[in-house]
Amino acid sequence: MLAFIVTFTERFQLVSPKGLMNPFIRFVSELQEVSLLIWRAFVSLFSKPRYFSETIRQMDMIGVGSLPIVLLTGFFTGGVLVLQAFPTLQYYSIQNEAGHSVATSLIRELGPVLCALMVSGRIGAAISAELGSMVVSQQIDAMRALGTDPIRRLVVPRITSLVLLLPLLTVACDILGLIGGGVVASTIYNQDYHVFATSVRVGITTSDLVSGLIKPIFFGLIIGSVGCHKGLSTSGGTAGVGRSTTDAVVIASIWVIIFDFFLSKALQYLLDLGQL
Amino acid sequence: MFDDNKIEDTIKIEPFWEIVPAIEFQDVCLAYDDKIVLDHIDLSVRRGECKIILGRSGGGKSTIIRLILGLLKPDSGRVLVDGEDITDYTEVEMMPIRQKIGMVFQEGALFDSISVYENVAYRLREQERDEAEIDREVRRMLEFVDLADAVDKMPIELSGGMRRRVGIARALIGDPSIVLFDEPTAGLDPPTARTMCELAIKLRDLQDVSSIFVTHEMNNVTNLCSEYATVSEKGEVHFEKEGDKLCLINTEVLMMRNGQIIFNGTDEQLQASDNQYVKRFIKGER
Ligand SMILES: Nc1ncnc2c1ncn2[C@@H]1O[C@H](COP(=O)(O)OP(=O)(O)OP(=O)(O)O)[C@@H](O)[C@H]1O
Ligand SMILES: [Mg+2]
Repeated sequence: MLAFIVTFTERFQLVSPKGLMNPFIRFVSELQEVSLLIWRAFVSLFSKPRYFSETIRQMDMIGVGSLPIVLLTGFFTGGVLVLQAFPTLQYYSIQNEAGHSVATSLIRELGPVLCALMVSGRIGAAISAELGSMVVSQQIDAMRALGTDPIRRLVVPRITSLVLLLPLLTVACDILGLIGGGVVASTIYNQDYHVFATSVRVGITTSDLVSGLIKPIFFGLIIGSVGCHKGLSTSGGTAGVGRSTTDAVVIASIWVIIFDFFLSKALQYLLDLGQL
Repeated sequence: MFDDNKIEDTIKIEPFWEIVPAIEFQDVCLAYDDKIVLDHIDLSVRRGECKIILGRSGGGKSTIIRLILGLLKPDSGRVLVDGEDITDYTEVEMMPIRQKIGMVFQEGALFDSISVYENVAYRLREQERDEAEIDREVRRMLEFVDLADAVDKMPIELSGGMRRRVGIARALIGDPSIVLFDEPTAGLDPPTARTMCELAIKLRDLQDVSSIFVTHEMNNVTNLCSEYATVSEKGEVHFEKEGDKLCLINTEVLMMRNGQIIFNGTDEQLQASDNQYVKRFIKGER
């Protein structure tokens, strides 16, 4: 697949002069570069040198640093879901299922996606701005000149931390969302919180949990690789850093949303096969 | 069983005329889009030689240096380092080559998220040397560039000249056998600039380092071409001027113009050159 894309774009670049590449070709070549970056990062996982302390630092920044915004997002999303759904459920007199409905939409969809969007805004931007300014101040060149592979030292720790921590952040987001839903149900709609909790417990299925945990792994990969690629391919001075930061956030967010659809479909199919 | 080849390898002594140059460019061309930056460049830097590159701003001097490190690849032609053809080397293959090259970047290019100490220690940390050795070497290098008290500062707290000197310390740690100076004296006060030249002279004469010294300033050229370093019996380093008895041949000047080399020779030849452009450049006329 990769090889196909490579030869494909090479062939097209031969016939189209630089700078006049049409958007489709540009898209494919960008995709090729991101896949190559992921591939090179993946390969370098299996050999030394590894930069553990850098990875820990990134984990701290990405994980601990993003916790507050992710928790807030989760809490209020769960709250507003109950706020909006409760009257409808009441109309059909199935308000006891409120917990179930919140849990399903939160764990399957909103938790992973909103969490990814928040992290993309915070971390994707930070990554691409940091790497971008390292490029324009020649620090990346200096790093290479001193015998370090920037992919190992900068890209791998960032992508690894995102892939490992986004699922955890998502779980935190989901839990706070359920709490938020419970709080709204009991304070605004006077539902006994036991009813809400039972409905959540009964409502959640294993397949909800599995798909809710697999998605953020991919989203982490998208945010990390797009951020790193945009940062490392920065050109054009400080204005270029601004441009690549915006690009990183916009592109990563769009990809998260598009990917979410196809991932949901694929997981639905696979989990149905597994009878979960 | 003995491996015959191996024995031959170990006792092989190169006759001096076969010694490979430290750096060699063979017919190198490079263009950015349609702007030609290097136009069929041939150059070689012998072992232990200091090559001074002169030329107008934008003449392609930094580009030459970036080619040696493999940070850029030429459009055509070959680049050789220590006889090894690095033109088609991948990033991974370049790593061992880069280990033996020290580079002083024109803009310093210090890592601004880590302290001065860590910046200087960077190369040794990458080579996983032990902590005591790193500490000793870093302090020695910082002493050398007269920045011993800036160890714990962050690069952002330093002045431009101090940053340049940290860059030099970072480049020279680990005793590289090739050192590339990209305008190390720009923006430094004359005494410090002189120290930089003396540093290059010491590397050239006492440590047999091959170097490229990019500069705009004729002062530096005079310094580098007319002084040499000796060590007295007490171990002190002295700088002496070349005189009638002795003429330095391990320093050569190369002048670039519009991507081409228009002069290559010793400083005496440079002064005597009858190329109009060279004459005007030396006198600082337009
Ligand atoms: N990334 C790039 N894209 C396009 N053109 C470039 C790029 N880098 C350098 N150039 C061009 O290449 C030419 C040579 O640049 P280089 O940096 O080698 O000059 P220089 O001789 O080091 O100049 P200075 O003395 O000012 O440092 C310049 O004309 C510059 O415009
Ligand atoms: Mg330059």
